[in-house]
Amino acid sequence: MKRYSAFAIAREAFRQHTGWTRAWGQAEPKPRYDVIVVGAGGHGLATAYYLGKNFGITNVAVLEKGWLGGGNTGRNTTIIRSNYLQDPSAAIYEKSRSLYETLSQDLNYNVMFSPRGVMMLAQTQHEIRGYQRTAHANSLQGVTTEFITPQRVKELCPIMNIDGPRYPVLGALWQARGGTARHDAVAWGYARACADMGMDIIQQCEVTGVVTEGGKVTGVNTSRGDIKCNKLAMVVAGHASVLAQKAGFQLPIESVALQALVSEPIKPCMDVVVMANTVHGYMSQSDKGEMVIGGGTDGYNNYTQRGSFHHIEETVRALVETFPIVGRLKMLRQWGGIVDVTGDRSPILSKTPVDGIFVNCGWGTGGFKAIPGSGWAMAELVAKGQSPLTEEFSMNRFRHGKFIDESVAAGVAH
Amino acid sequence: MLILHCPHCDRMVDETDLHPGGEAHLKRHGPEADAEAFENYLFMRENPKGVHFERWRHVYGCGKWFLAARNTATLEVYGTYPAQTHQPPQTIRDTITERQPGWAWGDFR
Repeated sequence: MKRYSAFAIAREAFRQHTGWTRAWGQAEPKPRYDVIVVGAGGHGLATAYYLGKNFGITNVAVLEKGWLGGGNTGRNTTIIRSNYLQDPSAAIYEKSRSLYETLSQDLNYNVMFSPRGVMMLAQTQHEIRGYQRTAHANSLQGVTTEFITPQRVKELCPIMNIDGPRYPVLGALWQARGGTARHDAVAWGYARACADMGMDIIQQCEVTGVVTEGGKVTGVNTSRGDIKCNKLAMVVAGHASVLAQKAGFQLPIESVALQALVSEPIKPCMDVVVMANTVHGYMSQSDKGEMVIGGGTDGYNNYTQRGSFHHIEETVRALVETFPIVGRLKMLRQWGGIVDVTGDRSPILSKTPVDGIFVNCGWGTGGFKAIPGSGWAMAELVAKGQSPLTEEFSMNRFRHGKFIDESVAAGVAH
Repeated sequence: MLILHCPHCDRMVDETDLHPGGEAHLKRHGPEADAEAFENYLFMRENPKGVHFERWRHVYGCGKWFLAARNTATLEVYGTYPAQTHQPPQTIRDTITERQPGWAWGDFR
């Protein structure tokens, strides 16, 4: 792999940019791998990357039904934060956020991590209490957050109307070290680093069956032939239940549509991420100047990557009230993704009833922020059979009632 | 916009007048049941990409619950029926078979 650097740009400028090589190759499936990761989204690629980097396991294939990073990795609103309530969540999300800080250097690929700060508005008395509790929990967990006044909110985000008639801003939970990153770059950076370690990234290769022998996984059937493996990591988000069914077990997951939209690009007007959970809307400004907007999920099961219009309407209505200037903006694009939601709104990183199969799913509406930490923990789980970061996120927690309840932090918006 | 037929009001209802209630035909268990049974009832879900049976409540109408047979991969609606039933009516099953031969959902075919 040729390293990207200022020197490389200068060198290529002198030779008409003829020396750039492909970031990752077109791999043909080999008959056998040590580990097969299903799903070449951020989480799958990060899992493969840390398997190689932290555990020296490089005989790895990453299988992707569509194209690399074309699912939720390319559809989210790129918010990165770690201000969750429960200790296991704080551990994995904070690990993730801290990995993002050095990810560009680590991957030699600019993921454009921008720690611009994330604020979650409190617009009801319940939210004030909830976020103050979260701020206290975060300070015990070593996650830097604070509860700030409406005046401070206005200073940080002058375009906001804090005296809204229906839901005035009463304060906010502020995480200064949260922010955004370029979502495609995260997938591409991991893919390039994985390919550099000799891993195969096989796109347009759908897993059609899981082969097991005596309760242990031995391989997968795919649209491009059968491939054998010692271990199988399922990292397929919205389709987790579908894939689990092929392996013969069920997951406590429901797949629903979550939508987002972006406006036409405008001049810089907002350098923080704002989330307003009561009125179901969140917004940030991308480096291109587009306002990136997200809202709530639909309530019914759906695999079509299309959502209900009235949720878009609800989100836009909330944002027009909170940010009067967006009322005249034209929206450029709107899309949906299928998110995998668990009963306690926390992910599942777990062994499964089938020996050798590990599952990483249930990130629901907020997986992007967790990509590096999830990959880091999942790699350890796959390599060693256990990881301190994933211990509490077992799929059996629902049976034992050991929920990691993040419905306040994660129930509506991410 | 999803439009479902409310079997109680006998009229077509917009999604905005309804509240989704998740998977239908869940088996409830009594106090003597074990943890696994409760896990199945409370958390485990079919979540299929295809034929799905689910609960809806006509919340801004009659306020009553009903069940719907729907396809989560195409958003096609096969029909709705009252909630006071342990399994989908034969007419609904026939409609589904016509549109999706070989379908299966839990114990239903």
